[in-house]
Amino acid sequence: MRAKLDRLLFGDNQFFGVNHMSEDKARAQAMRFRDAAAVMEVLDAALDAGVRTFMCTTHDRISAICDRMRANPERYKEFTFYPSMPYAHKYANAVTEEGMLGALRRFLPDEGRFSAILRGGMAVARKDLEGMAAPLMDAEMKMFRGLSTPVIFLQNIVVDLLLGLGAKQAFRIFADQVRDRYHAEPGFITMNMPRLLPVLEEVGIDNPIICANINKLGFRMSGGLEANERVLRSGRFRAIAMSVFASGAIPPEEAIKWVCGQPNIAAIVFGASRGANIRHTCELVNRYWPAAGQERRALSAGTV
Amino acid sequence: MVRIAVAGLGKMGISHLSILKAHIDVDVVSVCDTAQYLLDILNKNTGVNVHSDFSRMLDEASPAAVVLATPSAHHYEMATTALDRGISVFCEKPLTLAPDQSAELAALARSREVMHQVGYHYRFTSTFREVKRLIEADAIGQITHVLAEAYGPVVLRPKGSTWRSRRSTGGGCLYDYAAHPINLLNWYFGMPAHVGGTSIGKVFSRDTDDEVYSTLYYDRPAGLTAQLSVNWCDESQRKMTTKLTLWGTRGRISADRQEVQAYLREPCGTLPDYQQGWNMRSTTHLAAPVSFYLRGEEYSAQLDHFVAAVAGRRPGGESCFESATQTDRVIAMLLADDSCDRRPDATAAKGVSRFFAKAPVPFFSRQA
Repeated sequence: MRAKLDRLLFGDNQFFGVNHMSEDKARAQAMRFRDAAAVMEVLDAALDAGVRTFMCTTHDRISAICDRMRANPERYKEFTFYPSMPYAHKYANAVTEEGMLGALRRFLPDEGRFSAILRGGMAVARKDLEGMAAPLMDAEMKMFRGLSTPVIFLQNIVVDLLLGLGAKQAFRIFADQVRDRYHAEPGFITMNMPRLLPVLEEVGIDNPIICANINKLGFRMSGGLEANERVLRSGRFRAIAMSVFASGAIPPEEAIKWVCGQPNIAAIVFGASRGANIRHTCELVNRYWPAAGQERRALSAGTV
Repeated sequence: MVRIAVAGLGKMGISHLSILKAHIDVDVVSVCDTAQYLLDILNKNTGVNVHSDFSRMLDEASPAAVVLATPSAHHYEMATTALDRGISVFCEKPLTLAPDQSAELAALARSREVMHQVGYHYRFTSTFREVKRLIEADAIGQITHVLAEAYGPVVLRPKGSTWRSRRSTGGGCLYDYAAHPINLLNWYFGMPAHVGGTSIGKVFSRDTDDEVYSTLYYDRPAGLTAQLSVNWCDESQRKMTTKLTLWGTRGRISADRQEVQAYLREPCGTLPDYQQGWNMRSTTHLAAPVSFYLRGEEYSAQLDHFVAAVAGRRPGGESCFESATQTDRVIAMLLADDSCDRRPDATAAKGVSRFFAKAPVPFFSRQA
């Protein structure tokens, strides 16, 4: 299956106190969004502006959002989630607390085969890795039960860690599991887009969905702007641009105008804390990326 | 190509391994750990050579440099083993748990004329580098006080069973967290003359410390004091947050990993890019791009610095063993000054010797 991507996706950094420019701003946002109701208010504003896809980390707090959406299926029938897993801090903290072995034991089912592997009593085959991935992924996906999740992302720390290590087959395992178990399309978030694309192609993931920093400043576009522009021009993947404003370092109009001028951008993911900012971003995208505007106007009018 | 081996596949070791394997000038010749299942998974899925014995790895894989990311109590012996063979060493922090051993390693590395670096990555964080530039440009005049803080959500309940939960093996807020702001203070101002009012306390941990507070007194700059405030039981932080605030006769600077905020009472001739009043610089503008990114530019930048030095392309020397020895000395001063044994629930933590009476089991002689 091939998911049709909306061209404007809503991100979640602002809800969890992530801001690359300022810790103060990040904390102010974390305070503002301490209740699910405050998050819902912004998601509602996004939906009313025609932005109906929420790309979110599998953070525990998202489950409250999922509950609210399940409780009002009529209102949210068009709404879709693009989960991004795993929520890495959870695992990193477990490793600090219990060590690598303890953390694996905590998150993996207590079956003979796993404990034999962890004791070093058994070699690890590919099917074992698949067997390990499945319960971990199920745990992350549990909160989205009954909701639409047409694309599921592997989160950037994990993607880039595996990419650096050269554990290429892990991407294939993730992609296969996403397709087989959740009937969704795999996506990959990375800070190293030019390096990731050939690796995904090598393991047979064609025309992949890759979400990466694409911004006028070149902020966290590893390998340099030029290498990033070169792979974008190749058109061999569906690029989702994130960090287009570089956490506010680029003025909105300048940022959107630039990113809409890049070749082969399939979608933009952006975060905002207020309805007015969401509407402003939608207006800018309508202006500089007219095809996207038509699509969203049709959606708002209920014709899609 | 620089031949590098990695020892220790915990959080930092795997992260270093990933960055090094992605580095175009590096050939990762082998990795070493005591956990056979990890070696097995890595070997099968990444093709990297593996060893479970450190000395054998050095002999068989003949690396030019080794990255040590093993529990801190093993650093001294493993670094000595590598340096004795003329192998350059990048060691995770703290360098050792006893400053005299750190000084010994620094002298050994010098005599062997090999590269040596410790993983104090904040020295490669763009904002803290900017603070260094501002201090050297005399942007805020004579600095009279620094508040050096680090908070994070590591220990949030009374449990934990790894080496990180015992001070005797190098675990605890002092070695793990406080070492970072102390190291930044060393970088900016060198060694304090003495420390006072130290309180190294427990919140949840049984066998180590969870919070560190102290005042550091400096002779140079004359009259400078620094307050250290560190706590790793702070769930309000999403992850480790290190923050410095510096007060000077001509202004104030505060900095964390994301941002520098500098208030200059008057323009500074050597800093034409800074104006009178508030100046903000964020990592989005300051950070130099890296060729491969994992978790933060600073992790790639510090390894890049080391690799270039080993290859002889650049001089290196940032975060060298001598500088890390200063940090270990300050940690020892804090332990000696600690007055938290006045607390009813605290075990006496006076002096270092109590914790190191028993030598740790060498990492490379343990069985997986």
